[in-house]
Amino acid sequence: MKVVVIGAGAIGAACTLALAEAGAEVVVIDRAGVAGETSSRCEGNILVSDKEPGPEAELAIEANRAWRTLAERLDAERVPGQPATEFEAKGGIVVAFGAGAEALRSFALSQHAIGIRSDALDARALRKAEPHLSPEIAFGMHYPDDAQVQPSLATQAMLARAVHLGARLVVDEVVAGVVVAGRASGVRTRAGAIEADAVVNCAGPWSGEAAALFGSILDIRPRRGTILVTAAMPQRVFHKVYDADYVGAVGSGDAALQTSTVVESTPSGTVLIGSSRERVGFSDEGLLAPLSEIAAKAQRVFPFLRDTMLLRTYHGFRPYAPDHLPAIGADATVAGLFHAAGHEGAGIGLAPTTGALIAHALLGTPAPLDPTPFLPARATLQGADGRGADGRGAQPDARHGKGVAA
Amino acid sequence: MSVRITVDGVDLEGRDGQTIAGVLLGAGRRTWRTAAGQERGIFCGMGICQDCVLTVNGVEGVRACQRAACDGDVVEREARA
Repeated sequence: MKVVVIGAGAIGAACTLALAEAGAEVVVIDRAGVAGETSSRCEGNILVSDKEPGPEAELAIEANRAWRTLAERLDAERVPGQPATEFEAKGGIVVAFGAGAEALRSFALSQHAIGIRSDALDARALRKAEPHLSPEIAFGMHYPDDAQVQPSLATQAMLARAVHLGARLVVDEVVAGVVVAGRASGVRTRAGAIEADAVVNCAGPWSGEAAALFGSILDIRPRRGTILVTAAMPQRVFHKVYDADYVGAVGSGDAALQTSTVVESTPSGTVLIGSSRERVGFSDEGLLAPLSEIAAKAQRVFPFLRDTMLLRTYHGFRPYAPDHLPAIGADATVAGLFHAAGHEGAGIGLAPTTGALIAHALLGTPAPLDPTPFLPARATLQGADGRGADGRGAQPDARHGKGVAA
Repeated sequence: MSVRITVDGVDLEGRDGQTIAGVLLGAGRRTWRTAAGQERGIFCGMGICQDCVLTVNGVEGVRACQRAACDGDVVEREARA
């Protein structure tokens, strides 16, 4: 089977790898190159801690297992051009201020019921695990299974392995979908047509536009996130540490700015400080408000950050689905068209299992879990209740105006 | 004129006006920080990349390429555990 994958971010790379390993002939196309957009503007989270019981949590639990195997497999035998994933099973610590402790404890208990492990940390245990944490914080939960990769390197690693297996990477822009007798049968790029038996849309926040090229609707929208990067320093943050209110911000559908503290150190010695979420289309304007709010909140969690120099900041656009579930599987109307999109801030973590579900949908390989909750044919992604909300919906964004594919 | 500094307890001598990086390079040291398991030192040499940072007289994150070496400076390497 010949497959075109639109988008060479983490999701596109994982789908390409899973399809190539299952024997498909894959061409992956991206106008910006490998991990050129969302997948290089994030933190590389592989989290189970922020997932409330439900289908996404089941996906995250499976993906957490899958990443361990995949990272080990990729890093053990690197082909030419394949970087290390920098997989770190560092664990996460969720902290709560004052009265937030009870809510955090009961959230963790609800997760225990579906197999997400965590242990309560009192003030003393917290201080031992994270000595530089604010003395104001007296309660936290430790999630040993939270992990991270360097997202851009991990994406490159998956693609390099896929290319080694025969996949082809094309850096070009998809300008049209080819639909013959109601069936997706390839794409047209600026350089010409590429035929395929199936097309997988992994265009991240642009996947609504990519679906529209095939005459289909997929209501995925951009949600902007910003991150601050400190200068390199001796290690003072040992886990992924975040404020319990992060879970609320992730699950919110509000378009207005929301920030919540997420702090972690990287192997190079810098500290990454997040996070913000706001729906502003593909705008690069008005970054000062989220950045200053993040900086102020992070100091409450780690007071030493007050005297730390920032090296830079960055922002990216996450693919937001109105019902907070990724869209993975066959398109609602166009045969031969598949989607793997809408993972919002969890795309890196959910990538390998998303790839496995796409291989299952296209080639009939075993599904790692029940694909039903993620099928893109569900009503919430058909634009009916989404389009009116902020006028963006699956429509191409006027400010962006660059065609398609992440 | 010369300046003497100590780097992780070892005395090094440089010329007056040299940066700490200059003194280190002059003494044959090419790297002085460990990050991601790799040895780091001067990369940009002009204060931008932050790769050459050291702890100087207890102050962390001092860019060796920008800080003039002063007599008696106590310099320590930084590492991410």
